[in-house]
Amino acid sequence: MNLHRPLLTAACVFAIAASAACERKSTSATQSTTGDILVGFYGSLTGDGASFGISSREGAQMAVDDINGAGGLLGGRKIKLLVEDDQSKPEEASNAVTKLITQDKVVGVIGEVASRRSLAAGPVCQKYQTPMVSPASTNERVTEIGDYIFRVCFIDPFQGEVLAKFAFNDLKAKKVAVLKDIAQDYSVGLTDAIVRTFTQLGGQVLDPVSYSSGDADFKAILTQVRAQKPDVVFATGYYPEAAVIVRQARELGMKMPFLGGDGWVGDALKNGREALANCYISNHYSGDNPDPVVQNFVKAYKAKFNHEPDSIAALGYDAAKVLADAISRSGSTEGPKIRAALATADLAGVTGRLKMNAKRNVEKPAVIQEVTFANGDVKFVYKTTIAP
Amino acid sequence: MDTFFQQFINGLSLGAIYALIALGYTMVYGVLRLINFAHGDVYMLGAFAGYFIANALNMDEHPSILGAMAVTLGAMAVCAGIGILIERLAYRPVRHHSRLTSLITAIGVSLLLEYGGQVVFGATPRFFPQMIRSQTYAVGGVQITNQNLLIIVVSVVVMFGLQFIVHQTKIGKAMRAVSFNLSVAKLMGINTDFVIAFTFALGSALAAAGGVMVALAIPRIDPLMGLMTGLKAFVAAVLGGIGNIPGAMLGGMLIGLMETWLGATAYSTYRDAVAFAVLILILLFRPAGILGKSVVEKV
Repeated sequence: MNLHRPLLTAACVFAIAASAACERKSTSATQSTTGDILVGFYGSLTGDGASFGISSREGAQMAVDDINGAGGLLGGRKIKLLVEDDQSKPEEASNAVTKLITQDKVVGVIGEVASRRSLAAGPVCQKYQTPMVSPASTNERVTEIGDYIFRVCFIDPFQGEVLAKFAFNDLKAKKVAVLKDIAQDYSVGLTDAIVRTFTQLGGQVLDPVSYSSGDADFKAILTQVRAQKPDVVFATGYYPEAAVIVRQARELGMKMPFLGGDGWVGDALKNGREALANCYISNHYSGDNPDPVVQNFVKAYKAKFNHEPDSIAALGYDAAKVLADAISRSGSTEGPKIRAALATADLAGVTGRLKMNAKRNVEKPAVIQEVTFANGDVKFVYKTTIAP
Repeated sequence: MDTFFQQFINGLSLGAIYALIALGYTMVYGVLRLINFAHGDVYMLGAFAGYFIANALNMDEHPSILGAMAVTLGAMAVCAGIGILIERLAYRPVRHHSRLTSLITAIGVSLLLEYGGQVVFGATPRFFPQMIRSQTYAVGGVQITNQNLLIIVVSVVVMFGLQFIVHQTKIGKAMRAVSFNLSVAKLMGINTDFVIAFTFALGSALAAAGGVMVALAIPRIDPLMGLMTGLKAFVAAVLGGIGNIPGAMLGGMLIGLMETWLGATAYSTYRDAVAFAVLILILLFRPAGILGKSVVEKV
């Protein structure tokens, strides 16, 4: 039997190589030169991260409607947004993108918000040479997937720095604790950045405490954190857990400020209720910014969807705008040409100037917002802006 | 020291949740020798039933203890009905087949409820209305909320209540008779179908009460919430000795304490594994559980 093994291995290697070669041949999707321009959108419309998916889709849809209302692209062709739900699951995200690219033949893809799902679906876009623009995936590794992956938000090393600086300089914290969600690349990356910066500033960071998305009882880890008496606690995960964490912390008598990243921006955060007092987040944009660009966006969004846009919606809007701009400048619906145009994107967005750098990221300032809870709803109140 | 006692209280609060569900597991097993894997999902349905009733009563804005009781009773009634339905449609047709058939049916029902739940309710987690405003009591540095206190009290009351029903009432006697020998019980004139349906109704109503109680303390509910909690409650029942009512209580508390204890260490992310490690150990060394009696089966 042993004699056959090298042979078998060789056969397997050959088979894999052959199938890879076949796939490469069929990459360039055929796009017609007339009719609607198909753009894909994938996001978490249901599941744990539903708020992310719904907001970013609304934002993207609004941008598409604006562009179509103004006459469309490439000599009057309209954009059609094809939406796929990934149910907040990474494996579904890559399925959704595969479908959008291979069956629907979209020219570009918008999504995802959660880094973990962008990391799952990004390689598919890269393989089929279809540009992907993520509205809000802040994990560094997302755009490192390849040269077809772009984003319109800042990245976690910067966001972590902003949060750490705010805690150290403004809240005068000396000793901090960090709770991280080990099931989310976003939370892990943000935690690393916070720990790095806060230690550099001369503060003390307690050993990060871990939990997993979907956990509902945090009292054991919170009691342990409480015993070490930190001045500030960072909860670097997403909003569904953040709401419960803050609430249970207050029930344990922990009164210190809780800080989070942009992952706290989600409808279900409001379930933290009164416990959300004395919490701060870093965010991409502030709806109460007096800049007319922002105010016009907020007004138009409210007229269309009957509620205030959150920062994820603003980023969804910007992501669609950037992709449309690249299609228009490239004068084409071919992946490689759109990609080249995306790499030189530089336009004014709702969330700030969208200028792609060599790593396909945009450098933008972050805002710090205070979380307030009143009349059953959460409001993020602008505190300060921190530039890169 | 504060931390130690706080963790103890945290563990008891969590353990009481498992105990409440484990009681239902153990009762159905005690009577039918059937591990009703769908029990955790009935618990989920209870939480959702409570959610819809509470929202219909607008409890989030008008919290009241009376309303909370009404919601709990409503959810219990709904789930008792569902329990009877499950027994009638899924378990009764296979009752006279091998035990493995029932077990597989139970897993099927469980999956049906979980994924059916996702279709009906959606996968997005919902937040249970605060029917009773959270209040924290502090003794020294140890804090406990009124909601957690309620869960502990309710689980103890339920344990004694069940013990009473099974050992002191007529229907309890019938349940024990059915458990002893189904055919002979039938020959003695016991309406076995009714007794079994009653067992399911009672077990499911308890699961619903558990669902509403837990949703009060940990307000996040979703169609898969019964999966992990149900499995851990099952382990709790086995640990205490499946079929044994005080055993379920003890097992639940122990699992809660162990999980909390591990959650407080650097290995906090392994906390879900604790229950299953315990299951393996208990099956290896004391399959009858802590309070269970091992019975030699004649082959």
